[in-house]
This record gives sequence, structure tokens and C-alpha cells, in this order.
Amino acid sequence: MQVDDQDRRLLRQYQADPSLSAAALAERAGMTRASAWRRLERMQAAGIITGLRGVIDWRALGYGVEVSLRLTLDKSQASAFDTVIARARDIPEVIEIQTFLGRVDLRLSVIARDMHHYQELYKTRILTLPHIAEIEALMQVATIKQDESLPL
Amino acid sequence: MIDLDDTDRALLRALAQDAGQSAGALARRLGLSQPTAWRRIRRLEAAGVLAGRQLELDAARLGFGVTVFLGIKLAARGRVSLEDFERAITAIPEVQQVHHVLGRYDYRLRVVARDLPDFERVLRRRIMTLPAVGEVEANVLLSEERLPGPIG
Repeated sequence: MQVDDQDRRLLRQYQADPSLSAAALAERAGMTRASAWRRLERMQAAGIITGLRGVIDWRALGYGVEVSLRLTLDKSQASAFDTVIARARDIPEVIEIQTFLGRVDLRLSVIARDMHHYQELYKTRILTLPHIAEIEALMQVATIKQDESLPL
Repeated sequence: MIDLDDTDRALLRALAQDAGQSAGALARRLGLSQPTAWRRIRRLEAAGVLAGRQLELDAARLGFGVTVFLGIKLAARGRVSLEDFERAITAIPEVQQVHHVLGRYDYRLRVVARDLPDFERVLRRRIMTLPAVGEVEANVLLSEERLPGPIG
């Protein structure tokens, strides 16, 4: 399916404020409600709009520490990636897993209630992961921008 | 900070995956009355736990084939203004996330681009030209997954 300028305008408004009603969205995008509705339906069916995710603020739940763990793997074993990722999924405090092409192979976002809790997780769950060649931690201080909007 | 019971956790898990569900649909799924589901969702929002909604789009289908995570170390020369740097970097449309971090780098960025040449343009013309920028490390995203976190 081809996305045209009207679709892009609609998506721009929608991603800027996903809580807008269909009517408000149509008005902001400068089209009729029926047209906006039809376009959104079509983009959903085509898999261009893949979902609407609720954003959880972990700090509000008492998880005050977030660390970005950058892992370099020992890739001498072909299964290293799959094994580490499967193990990381089993750690409840891991909220994101990414794989990369670059100096870093894998990134885990880990949250913890406080530094003591983080230290405990690091010792018992992270350092015990297999195939790890190097670990580097970036401690989150502040989030300056986090909207993940596409520059449509 | 609020305490969550099992029902709150189930609601939060469901909303994190699909925030487009109505209170009625959630109530049916979890065996609650609609007013109860509605009241609990409002409470999660009021406490800041449910911090918002994020539209999920297939970036590649919309022409954004490349996502890069950048680590930026600020230049040591002279005194750089963090405020100026943060204002300039967040104004770049391709920059989706900016996190201030402690560790090997000072900032962690998520950047989208149409392809690698487009990324190089953003990096060279928009990011490297900022006076505060020192060392930069780029890792190209290959895969990504989000996990429910410690409410599972």
C-alpha cells in the first residue's frame, strides 16, 4: 500500500497526540471524519499502524534507577545471541532488549528500586549471563526527549 | 507512590500492550464491572503510573529504514552549556530520544533516518556541528523487543 501526503498528515497529528478522538484528529488533519476513519483503518489493515502502547512511568511505581547495559558478546559460539536474549527475557527488571551492528552487540534496559537493588540484580542476574565479553553501564540521569515520533 | 494489587497489574499489562482498549472491553477480559475498571484506570493515570500513550508505526514501511543509537561524549574544550546542547539536539526531527546518562558517554540518543546516507547527513550536518559534541559512537539497531517489566 502507498502512503500519501494526507495519510502522513493524519499520522503526524495522531502520533503527536494519540489520545485524540477520531473527530478531533480529522479536524486537525483537515479532512472529514469519514475520510480520516477510512485512512486509519486502511493503514491498520496494512500493518503501517501496528498498535497503541500504554507508557508506564516506572518511577511512579518506585523504580527510581534505570541503567542502559551495553553488552559485547563472545561470538565464538553461534548460539550466543539467542542464549543471552532468552536469559535476559527471564529477568523481570529488563524492560527492553535491542541488538546492534557496531561495537555493542546487545543493549538491555534494566530498572531497579534503588542502587542496592540494582547492585543485587547486577551480581545475581547480569554477571551470571553466559557468553559476555564486556559490559558497560550507562546510568540514566534524566530523560530530555522521549516521544519516538517519526519525522513524517 | 501507589500500591498495586493483582487487578491493577493485570490492567497495566493489558494497557501497556494495547492502550486503545475501552474500559468496557478490559472489564470483560478481566472479569470486572465496567465502573471498577474505569475507576482503576483513572487511578493509575492520576498516580502518573500510566503516563501516556505512544502510537506504534512500522518505521520501515514509512520510509525510515535505519535506526541508530548514539553515545555522545561532550567536548572537553572550554565550558559547554548543557542547556544549549539539549535545546539544539531535541530540535532535530530525526532525534527521537535524548537521555542524559552517567558513564562512558554523557548522552544517549535514538535517531531515525531513511537510510545510511541520510543518517550520515543528519550526523555530519546536524549533530557533529554542535559545538558541545566531542566523541560519538554509533550502533545500528537490528532488532528490538519491549518486555512487560516487573508487573508480570
